[in-house]
Amino acid sequence: MRLYADSAKCSGCRACMVACSLNLFQESNPKKASLNLIPHFPAPGVYEMKVCTQCGDCAAVCPTEAIKLNERGAYYVDFAECNLCEACVPECPEDVMFVRAELANAAWKCDLCGDCVSVCGTSALWIDN
Amino acid sequence: MNGYGGTILRVNLTDGKITKEPTPAQLARDFIGGRGFGIYFLFKEVPKHVDALGPENKLIISTGPLSGMLAPGGGKCDWTTKSPLTGGYADASMGGHFTAEMKYAGLDTIILEGISPKPVYLFIDNDKIQLLDAAAFWGKGAIDVEVELKHKYGEEYQVAAIGPGGENQVLYACINHDYGRQAGRGGVGAVMGSKKVKAIVLHGTKSVVVADPENYHKAGLALYKACKDAEGLAEWSRYGTTVVTSWCNEVGALPTRNFSAGSFEGIDQINGQAMRKEIVITDKGCFGCPSPCGKYSNMKRYNTQVEGPEYETIGLMGSNLGIADIQVVGEANRLADDMGIDSISAGSCIAWAMECYEKGILTKADTDGLELKFGNADAVFTLIKKIGHREGKLGELLALGVNRASQQVGQGSEKFAIHVKGMEQSAYATHNATAMLLAYMTCDVGAHHNRSWAITYDLQVGREKVVPEKVARIIWLQNFRPMFDVMGSCRLQWVELGIDRDLYVPLLEAITGVKRTWQDLEAVGNRIWTLTRMYWLRENDGFDRQWDLPSPRFYTEPPKTGATAGQITKFEDVQRLLDMYYEQRGWDSHGLPTPATLDTLNLTALVA
Repeated sequence: MRLYADSAKCSGCRACMVACSLNLFQESNPKKASLNLIPHFPAPGVYEMKVCTQCGDCAAVCPTEAIKLNERGAYYVDFAECNLCEACVPECPEDVMFVRAELANAAWKCDLCGDCVSVCGTSALWIDN
Repeated sequence: MNGYGGTILRVNLTDGKITKEPTPAQLARDFIGGRGFGIYFLFKEVPKHVDALGPENKLIISTGPLSGMLAPGGGKCDWTTKSPLTGGYADASMGGHFTAEMKYAGLDTIILEGISPKPVYLFIDNDKIQLLDAAAFWGKGAIDVEVELKHKYGEEYQVAAIGPGGENQVLYACINHDYGRQAGRGGVGAVMGSKKVKAIVLHGTKSVVVADPENYHKAGLALYKACKDAEGLAEWSRYGTTVVTSWCNEVGALPTRNFSAGSFEGIDQINGQAMRKEIVITDKGCFGCPSPCGKYSNMKRYNTQVEGPEYETIGLMGSNLGIADIQVVGEANRLADDMGIDSISAGSCIAWAMECYEKGILTKADTDGLELKFGNADAVFTLIKKIGHREGKLGELLALGVNRASQQVGQGSEKFAIHVKGMEQSAYATHNATAMLLAYMTCDVGAHHNRSWAITYDLQVGREKVVPEKVARIIWLQNFRPMFDVMGSCRLQWVELGIDRDLYVPLLEAITGVKRTWQDLEAVGNRIWTLTRMYWLRENDGFDRQWDLPSPRFYTEPPKTGATAGQITKFEDVQRLLDMYYEQRGWDSHGLPTPATLDTLNLTALVA
């Protein structure tokens, strides 16, 4: 299972990002979301969504083996074991592996909680095989 | 403080001093946020009778507890000031992503004071706050400035900017953000321009602490679920505010040729369907919105893009100018945005000038040679730019708003200047819709629809009826609807999707830790409403019921065509509406809140 996004349906509202941070960190803070939104305005006027495909490349390079599989079959970061080395960041083909030391003392990524799908009013996000 | 950024930021532009103070807990308790904070600071801190474009006026930008949170439409912030257009109270609600960024920078309110000696922009990156030189941006269009600032700082930064209209203090200049969202009405952009602030750049990465995280999560998801389950979601999201265009035309509420009628023969070329088919390229939502009304459009003929046009702009810059072409309306919208002038007021001013021209009151000598007939798209484009730059005789005249312009020109043109208290009426023709007419007459910024939108209610109960129940409905809406502006969220999930408003009660409580029912919230709404009224009285000697009268067009000139042909509201009914309204509000026959009413609302000390 993984998260899918249809950028053409995205209206750029970032509700997904608030919901994500809330589930991941129990904090409201869209800058701590594990999916990304890149607006391209004023031209051509489209949103581009970036979501985790659960490819596992991040887990493969993690020297502390902090990136593990959860019960949903998704890779997640065990915050206690992450040493902020950033080895995972350049491996991510979608740019949704995050390390921002000023915001959190561990790397973070999508753990497939599904809350982003719940709040998306335009059905731009869904979970499937 | 739970649910708040916790800080009031004060920026004195005269001496460049930047100070912070904690958001007072009592202020949050009594006024909650948004426009509640706005009127509180305006009333308390801005001295009586100041020049709205002088150093003593302030521009107050406030978020609310739902701003930036897991709350559908929590993307609203409020810009409050003394209006240069009306001389009274003004607040403009702006969507987009600015308010969330402000909250995540830890700010509840930004107060701009004084006048900068040179053009500047305010740069806020969490706790790093600076006034920076804006010489390179001064004179540029609002869209270009946003592009440049976003390029300089990155996509995570949010920008609000004025265009030439704000710099030149066009009295209805607006503030632009997110390539198409505006703090639109009342001249808030002129106030920003008078202070020589070209833009505000914001970036915030702080988390917002809430009182009860578990119930916050639960209540937030419940509201989103209700929105997603709503029957009207698909239709609303497809058309946004333009969904009402054809309906307004059918019921005679679509402003047509300067509100001389309420139905337009070119409706099929400017309605939501035409727009969706011809120009829309994507939906565009404000922060946290599950039901995006924003439509982003590409006008192929001009090779330009705009967010919009909204229904209001279609009304005022389409049918009201006799324009039956959605691409023209879109391009006029874009020009107004780039100039940084309110498309509602600008459309109304141009419509008035067109009527003057067709009646021979204005000639080519007055219009710098423009053939200012209804339907002339090129004249509209030229005039929008002239207004923004205050260029030429007509650009200068129309920059003053339709009230002042008509007083200067005279010759009976005052009678078809469509405004209340100096603010141009938004896009609902009210020849025979008495609740909506009263809503415009008594709205606390002038003739604006967002406080109480009652045109469907008029049709439901009988549009010409003048009964106490109708008046009670308007008062209820005026107390209730602006509470969304106080909480920092959008009202359209309630209005358009029919979401149960009680779903907001547990959310607000979980965020702030303060339990408030809608009855409590409406009481706060009533208090704020009355305080804004007191601001009008304080600023305008001799303020009385004359100020609440609508444009004479609605009680003297029945439309010749359309759904409301031959229909009109009698002047005695206009007066009866006011009598009933004042009585129900606890105001005297001049429209002044009585001492007993002020006392009941616990406002006596504040207004003393």
